[in-house]
Amino acid sequence: MSTATCPECDADVTIPADAMENELISCADCGAELEIISLNPVELDLAPEVEEDWGE
Amino acid sequence: MRIGILITHIRAEEKLLISAFQERGIEPDIILDRDLNFDVTAGPEQLAPTGVPWQAYDLLMERSISTSRGLYTLALLNSWGINTINRYEPAAICADKLRTSIALAQAGVPQPPARVAFDPETTLKALDQLGYPAVFKPVTGSWGRLLARVNDQDTAEAIIEHRQTLGDYHHHTYYVQQYIDKPGRDIRAFVVGERTICAIYRQSPHWITNTARGGQASNCPVTPEINDLCLRAAQAVGGGVLAIDLLEAPDGQLLVNEVNHTMEFRNSSAPTGVNIPAEVVSYALSQMRVTA
Repeated sequence: MSTATCPECDADVTIPADAMENELISCADCGAELEIISLNPVELDLAPEVEEDWGE
Repeated sequence: MRIGILITHIRAEEKLLISAFQERGIEPDIILDRDLNFDVTAGPEQLAPTGVPWQAYDLLMERSISTSRGLYTLALLNSWGINTINRYEPAAICADKLRTSIALAQAGVPQPPARVAFDPETTLKALDQLGYPAVFKPVTGSWGRLLARVNDQDTAEAIIEHRQTLGDYHHHTYYVQQYIDKPGRDIRAFVVGERTICAIYRQSPHWITNTARGGQASNCPVTPEINDLCLRAAQAVGGGVLAIDLLEAPDGQLLVNEVNHTMEFRNSSAPTGVNIPAEVVSYALSQMRVTA
């Protein structure tokens, strides 16, 4: 299990062992929603804001 | 066999679907909708973001969280004869609450009384005809966002003024539905092809019961009545993999409230005991054989 730095608050974010690229995860410290941009090396970015046409 | 999954990003549902494909020995290509760049005057020989020609895909499963990106991609791919789940036309109907109402009405499927108007004064007349309380719904949108229950004309006037002032033209289409005094819950049923595979109650003290808004999921037995109604609703919009939202009216009648074409199900397999992603993948593979 690896960690990466939260781009919002600089906290260490644990990356689950079964994580996938482009998966959304949350920072346990600040609650920011993050997207795993790459796994090797691990890189996180803030997830995009919800847009009006998002949904099911 | 080449299968693509169109995503905005990977949520629990997409992860479960990818895993279900892998359990069937299939590694689907993940296609990000942010990478799409179509030559709309060319055909399916052009390359997908994966570097593979679109025509090499036997199936694209559309799981984009962005309705506009998903719909336009389906429109293009279907125009090229590429098999998709869902297909464009059912997805376009489901993405628009007014078009869904029209399709349900044409098929004689019971739904809450609803009206549409385009002018503020006329909308107030429509509400008088419908009766209070009523619910304003944007014709496009999801997760219970921007729904407004109005109990009287004063509130309705305020909602209309805000929408006229702050909203774009989409919000100047006033789709209003009679408020159904449901028993603290609604029903979300999952239709996969010709079967209602399972259903959940969504319980909430709030009148908006979406699980995205905190509604709690529990198993709802699929009765013959629920199954029949859901299959009729699914057929009315064109079929596929769909989530049907039902309301229980005070007189016991079931009404179809909405039909969703990129359903979320992360909270529904556990209470129902039904492996929803496995059912969806089985259906997808069966459709490939049908269309091959």
